[in-house]
Amino acid sequence: MEKKIKKVDLIFGKVDHLDILKNAFQRTRDEIILDVIDSGLRGRGGAGFPTGLKWKFAKNEEADQKYVICNADEGEPGTFKDREILTQVPEKVLAGMALCGYCIGASEGYIYLRAEYNFLLPSLYKAIDEFHEHLKALKFDFTIRICSGSGAYVCGEETALMESMEGKRGEPRNKPPFPTSEGYLGKPTSVNNVETLVFALMIGQEGPTKFKEMGTFDSRGSKVFSVSGDTPTPGIYELELGMTLEQFVEEFGDGDTKAVQVGGASGFCVARKDFKSTLIGFEGIPTGGSMMLFNSSRSMYNILNDYLEFMEEESCGQCSPCRVGCQQLLKGIEAVKKGIKSPSYLEDLQKLSDTMRIASKCGLGQSVPNPFNSIINNFREEIIY
Amino acid sequence: MSKYKVNLKINNIPISVEEGTTILDAARQLNFKIPTLCHHDDLCVAGNCRVCVVEQKGARLLPASCATPVSEGMEIQTNSLKVRQARKHIVELLLSEHNADCTKCFKNGYCELQDMSNDYRIGDHVFLDLVKDKDKERDISSPSIEKDDSKCIRCQRCVRTCANMQYVSALAVTHKGNNMRISTFLDKPMNDVVCTNCGQCINRCPTAALTERNYIDEVFDAIYDPSKFVVVQTAPATRVAIGEEFGMEPGTRATGKMVAALRRLGFDKILDTDFTADLTIMEEGTELLVRLKEALVEGKEVALPMLTSCSPGWIKFQEHLYPDLLDNLSTCKSPQQMFGPLAKTYYAEKVNKNPADMVVVSIMPCTAKKFEAERPEMRGSGYKDVDYVLTTRELGRMIRQAGIDFEKLEDEKYDSILGESTGAAVIFGSTGGVMEAALRTAYELVTGREVPFANLNIKPVRGMEGVKEASVKIKDVKPEWSFLEGVELNVAIAHGLVNAKILMDKIRAGEANHHFIEIMACPSGCIGGGGQPMPTNMEIRKKRAAGIYEEDEAMVLRKSHENPEVTEIYQSFLHEPLGHRSHDLLHTHYTPRKRH
Repeated sequence: MEKKIKKVDLIFGKVDHLDILKNAFQRTRDEIILDVIDSGLRGRGGAGFPTGLKWKFAKNEEADQKYVICNADEGEPGTFKDREILTQVPEKVLAGMALCGYCIGASEGYIYLRAEYNFLLPSLYKAIDEFHEHLKALKFDFTIRICSGSGAYVCGEETALMESMEGKRGEPRNKPPFPTSEGYLGKPTSVNNVETLVFALMIGQEGPTKFKEMGTFDSRGSKVFSVSGDTPTPGIYELELGMTLEQFVEEFGDGDTKAVQVGGASGFCVARKDFKSTLIGFEGIPTGGSMMLFNSSRSMYNILNDYLEFMEEESCGQCSPCRVGCQQLLKGIEAVKKGIKSPSYLEDLQKLSDTMRIASKCGLGQSVPNPFNSIINNFREEIIY
Repeated sequence: MSKYKVNLKINNIPISVEEGTTILDAARQLNFKIPTLCHHDDLCVAGNCRVCVVEQKGARLLPASCATPVSEGMEIQTNSLKVRQARKHIVELLLSEHNADCTKCFKNGYCELQDMSNDYRIGDHVFLDLVKDKDKERDISSPSIEKDDSKCIRCQRCVRTCANMQYVSALAVTHKGNNMRISTFLDKPMNDVVCTNCGQCINRCPTAALTERNYIDEVFDAIYDPSKFVVVQTAPATRVAIGEEFGMEPGTRATGKMVAALRRLGFDKILDTDFTADLTIMEEGTELLVRLKEALVEGKEVALPMLTSCSPGWIKFQEHLYPDLLDNLSTCKSPQQMFGPLAKTYYAEKVNKNPADMVVVSIMPCTAKKFEAERPEMRGSGYKDVDYVLTTRELGRMIRQAGIDFEKLEDEKYDSILGESTGAAVIFGSTGGVMEAALRTAYELVTGREVPFANLNIKPVRGMEGVKEASVKIKDVKPEWSFLEGVELNVAIAHGLVNAKILMDKIRAGEANHHFIEIMACPSGCIGGGGQPMPTNMEIRKKRAAGIYEEDEAMVLRKSHENPEVTEIYQSFLHEPLGHRSHDLLHTHYTPRKRH
């Protein structure tokens, strides 16, 4: 793993998106889906489900209507890449949605835009109107609408997102059935992250090989990172996957990095001793893009406390492991800090977080143990004293 | 169409079940009981308490067995170490947000969370106490339902009951995360929101977050007050359910034991709502015939179909949601509220008591009856017609408090008068019963012959289908009813308010061709009432219904108009159905209400 960090320009580079679509429409749906599968592209929202497979499942469903949803509910603390993509290259996102629609057989698409990004609405509507005109010229029947979120983090979870779109409480559904068979309004639906859709479009242009050549076996291609925290160069960077955290910190750290939170509040905290051995990607630690660097001036107790406060508030509250578990973890570390509970109580809490990981209804509760256990394991003294 | 069979193993035992079966139901078929809290057989799947998680071979997560359908080759463990740990944690978590003052709790001994805590031997609380609403006053604004948020474990059974079974949605989920709770519209008190008081939420609440307002102490105070003459009336559906309070099988006919217990509790007279059920048939049947005559002979604009008015939950539902159709509602009071004013007028005179010193208590399968008794219009006697309404469950509690060994009691009979009844009255307790009783009487009144059904059992109006429809051809009528010759009398029956809505929407759209419709707010009718013993499910309600129909067949008299006490009261007091006195005492009016 000697190679240096490599910057890539697949996402933000200008392309003739209509030309890509025109060429794609000459090919069969199966050919394109096979390309996407072959490229190894996995969902860029964080969960990393193989995109081509998702499209294939949705395509194989028989239904009078199917939907494409672009998940732009970018709510993970420390992530701000989708906002930038939608600002700079909205036409590529729209084209990615149309490509998905072509592949799965959907004539309607929705962008689920987080409420805080409503300032993007005028420019997005303009882009959509133009795009609709172009689609007419291409004789492809596909309509894109925007659905504005209401501010709940959990609505980034795809089934909660669809509940929200249907006008209900944003609460995750039981799975199965999965959205590709019963999604929005009960119809087969492919929910894809903003970045994923653009990559799919680029794979449509370049074929799978170029994408596949980048990255590692499980983590192909490049990825847009949102870099924040104690760094002299915060910002958005598209980087080839496969780097270690050490390489990353060398590039972005301030020389005093003690920990990196990979994947936001639902991700893992990696301590300095593990930078070298930690690969950023599905073999190591995956991320939806959030990379937060912390130097030695930061209290890891405060950081964990913040994450837990966030989760405690943002849990939808329906399932007991998550609703009560988050509160117990938060109140629990406070009690240990204050000496109300003994340090060994942290082990009880870690066992509890293991239950949350396997028994919670959705990804939110299942991932609270990520920051909790990684911070406790790495910085136990800071939590207790 | 036969479904695919799916093969799987549960605890290493192979089983083949229909596609779409949940893991929970498959395990039940093998007699493995997986604990549940948010799951209820009457309700749609929620999958949110997670107590029912199981381990699936090869899966990273523990699926919730109530919400996960079986799949081919699945291998499930229902009690692995992983499952046990998770389940214990979840019960501990629920206890940490639950005000566990069990010994002082109304549901002590009847609480599903308590049972589970006991099964898993959860002693010292490992986790921190998170109860937020401990100091918040319980909501006792409603005369029927108490709400105590400190007991709530957010399983949402009540929410699903209220929305999916009753189409009311008085209770809904509000806020998220640590603040997520079950509340009313704008957090208003229960009495100020659109609630029908049906109590179905109480029947399904696993804890004491929702309970009935109880009036046991008030009733005992009255009983032990020597200046009071306390009479009690018992609703039809109570007699086939009260036994469950003492461990007897659902549907056990315990009429005689119940009467004996009430006498031992010290009530001065034990009377029967069944008497006024018979009376209701006379009044309501006549009202229907009058409406039909006005429509068919006089060509008047008459509100048809006529709707029954025995179920106070249903009345309030209609007042809120279909105020435009209130004219269709029979003006008859419910049997409970016919009993009250008669007790304090006719009966008081017969037994030479001052009605001011009388206390009328009802034993009802119902919580909405508590609200009904408080309605301002229910003072036909000049006094509050019915003073206290107790549920079947509250009666069970009184009997236990008094140390009466219910099962060993010898059967006793109701006092007379206002104690005589027919089989037609007892079937009021089950869905379709009022209709059947009405048909038995009306058909005979009009034709002089018994209804053309074997042994008087009008099977088409029985059963647990949500909406039932039937037609009876009327022919060879008596001369005075010639306008009904050849008429096909169309009737319909709905139970559960979500089913009532189906019929009401049809009426509103002008698509209903019915003449008479029976509606009961609760699923399966009064036997499934909000005041009945817990638990409840379709199997239990079917057994209670069977008990009701057995009781009917065991009666000598099975037609309301044959009740000799009914004949007597018309001769000496009421004179005729819909007469002047009936109008004053037995009929009422309704109040349009808003939807918010």
